[in-house]
Amino acid sequence: MNGKTALNKIGKWIGGRREASLVILLLISCLLIGVMSPDFFSSTNVDTIINDIAILAIVSIAQFFVILSNGIDISVGAIIAFSGMACGMINQDHPGTPIFVIILAGLGLGLAMGAINGALVAYGKIPPIITTLGTCSIFRGSTFLLSKNTWVTAHEMTDAFKHFPRGRFLGITTLVWCALIVIVIAYVFSRYTRTGRAIYAIGGNPTAAKFVGVSESKTRFIVFLISGLLSGFAGFLWTTRYASAVNEMASGFEMQAVASCVLGGVNFAGGSGGIIGVVLGALFFGIINNALPSLYLNVFWQLFVQGLIVLIALMVNTIVDDRKARKLLAQRRVSK
Amino acid sequence: MKKIALVLIVAVLACSMTFAQGAQEAAGAKDSFELVMLVKSQGNGFFDACYNGAKEAQAELGNVTVEYMGPAQTTAEGQIEIIEGLISRGVDGIAISANDADALIPVCKKAMAAGIKVISFDSGINAGGRIVDLIPSNTSLIGQQQVQLASELIGDAGQIAVLSASAQATNQNAWIEAMKVEMKNHPKMELVEVVYGDDAPDKSYRETNALLQKYPNLKCIVCPTTVGLLACSQAVKDAGAKVEVTGLGLPSEMKGYILDGTCKQMALWNPIDLGYTSTYILEALLTGKATGADGTSFSCGRMGTVNVETNGIAVMGTPFVFNKDNIEQYAAIF
Repeated sequence: MNGKTALNKIGKWIGGRREASLVILLLISCLLIGVMSPDFFSSTNVDTIINDIAILAIVSIAQFFVILSNGIDISVGAIIAFSGMACGMINQDHPGTPIFVIILAGLGLGLAMGAINGALVAYGKIPPIITTLGTCSIFRGSTFLLSKNTWVTAHEMTDAFKHFPRGRFLGITTLVWCALIVIVIAYVFSRYTRTGRAIYAIGGNPTAAKFVGVSESKTRFIVFLISGLLSGFAGFLWTTRYASAVNEMASGFEMQAVASCVLGGVNFAGGSGGIIGVVLGALFFGIINNALPSLYLNVFWQLFVQGLIVLIALMVNTIVDDRKARKLLAQRRVSK
Repeated sequence: MKKIALVLIVAVLACSMTFAQGAQEAAGAKDSFELVMLVKSQGNGFFDACYNGAKEAQAELGNVTVEYMGPAQTTAEGQIEIIEGLISRGVDGIAISANDADALIPVCKKAMAAGIKVISFDSGINAGGRIVDLIPSNTSLIGQQQVQLASELIGDAGQIAVLSASAQATNQNAWIEAMKVEMKNHPKMELVEVVYGDDAPDKSYRETNALLQKYPNLKCIVCPTTVGLLACSQAVKDAGAKVEVTGLGLPSEMKGYILDGTCKQMALWNPIDLGYTSTYILEALLTGKATGADGTSFSCGRMGTVNVETNGIAVMGTPFVFNKDNIEQYAAIF
C-alpha cells in the first residue's frame, strides 16, 4: 500500500462520516479560539466549559430521540423548569429529604410530563410540534403556579443539595459523570436494543417499520418518555448547579438542544444520526457559547457570529451528505 | 307611618350634615391629623414594612396618626371602595400604593375635592389622581451609588465590569449610562466591559466565567439586576475567584451570598424608607409646610430633602445599602 492510497482511505473515512467532519470543524474552531484567546484552554477554564456543556449534552440526547423519530420536543425547557423548581422546593421545604429521593422526584415528574406529551402525540395523533408547543406553555405556567411566582435561592437550599453537582470523583465533577453515564446508556440503547432500533425505523420509514412489526404509537410514546425523563433529570441538575430555581429558567434551551442535534448530523426528518454526533454537536455548541464572550466581540456581533457558525457547520454537513449520497448512487450503478 | 319615616329621614340627614360640617371645620384648625396608608393588599410583608416606616415617622412627628388599610385582594375595585369609605369618614390624608394607575383617578379626585391630601408611593397613580407620586430613586442616583459601592469594596482602584440583564433592558441601560458618568469621578477605576446575562441564571453564570477568564485582574463585578447578581455570586464562589460582587438585589434572595461574604454589600430601595417618607410628605402637605408643586421640595427627617421633579414625581433618594449586619432583618421582609 503506498502513501497515496492510505491518504485516500483517510479521506474516504472522513468524507463518509459526519462525526469525523464535525471533529475536524471542532478542532479548527478550537485552534482559532486558542490563537485569539490563549487562556481559553487553561485547565480551569476547560473544566468550567465541560461542566457548562454537561446539561446541554443530556438535553440534546433527549431531543435526539424525538428528532430521530421524526418529531420535535419544544417542551424540554419547560420540563426542566418545572422539575427543577419542584426539586428546589422539596429541598427548601423538607431539608431532610435524601438527595436520591429528590433525584427520583425530578425523574418522576419529567417522566409524567413526557407521558402527557407522548400520549397526545402517539394516541391523540396530534403532531409533535403542536403538542409540545401547547404543553410547553402548560408546563411553564404550572411552574409559576407551583412556586407561586417565587424563587428558591442558594441560602434556602441545603449544602448537600448544592454540593451534588460540584463533588469530584477521579478529578471529574458529579455533573459531568452524570452526563457521561447518560451518554453511555443512550449510546447502547440506541444501537443495541430493539426499542432503540425501532426509533430509527419509525423515523426512517414508518410504513416499512409497521410491516416488520414495529408499533409506531408505542415507539412514539416511548420517545417522549425518554425525552421527559432526561429533561426532568436535567432540571434537578440545573437547579443544583446554578443554586437557584427561577420560573424562567431554561427558557429557549430547547432551541440549543435542537441546534446541537442538527450540528451533530441528526437528520431533521428522522431516521438517521447517532449519539456520538449529538455529543459532538453539544460540545461544539457549548464551546462556541463559552468562547464568544471571551473574544472581545460586541454582544450583538456575538449573536451574529453564533448564527453564522451554526449555518457554516450545517452547510459542511449537507455537502458531506450530498457527496455520500452520490457515492452510494455511483456504487449501486457499478454493481448493476 | 309615612310621616314618622319622613321625619326620621330628615332628622338623620340633618344630623349627618352637621357632623360633616363639624368634621370639616375641625380639619381647618387641627393639630392632629388622621392619615391612612392604603396598600395593594393585606398580608404582604413588603407593605407591613412600609407601615413600620410610617409608624417611625408618626413617632417623630407627633402630630399624625397613621392607619394601615388594604383590600383583601389586589384589585382597584377594593381600593376604590375603601377610598369612598375614607371620604365619608373624612380623614385628612391618604398615601396609596395603587393597584391601577388610572382606575383610581376619579375616586382620588373626589377625595381631593373633599379636602383630603392624596399621594401615591411604590406603585404610582397617574398625574391628576394625586398631589405627588413618591418614587424610590432615580437613574443618576442609582448609577452613582452602584459605582460608589464598587469603589468602597476595591479601594477606589482597579478594573470593574458590569453584568446586566438583556442588552435592551431600558432600566439597566439607563443606570449603566449613569454609572459611566460617575466613573469619571473615579480615575483609578476602569470599567472594562458591560456584558449581558439576559436575566437568565445560566447565561449570567457563563458570562461571569468569561469575565473572570478574560480579565485576570478584575476587581469587582456590578450586577444591577437580582438574577444576574445571584448567578454572578454563585459563579464567583464556584471559581474561588477573589473578585468582589455588588449590585441591586432583593435581600430575601441574596441573603446567603451577603452572609457568606461573596457579595459584601448591595443596594435596593427599602419599604421602610418609603413608608417613612410618605408620612412626612403628607404631614408637610397638611400643615402647609410644602405644596408639592413641581420644582419644590419636602424635608423628610432622616431621609433629608426630597425633590419634586416634573409631573409631581417626588424622588426619595439614594437606594438603601444592605450588608451582613442588616440583611437578616430585611430578608424577612422582602
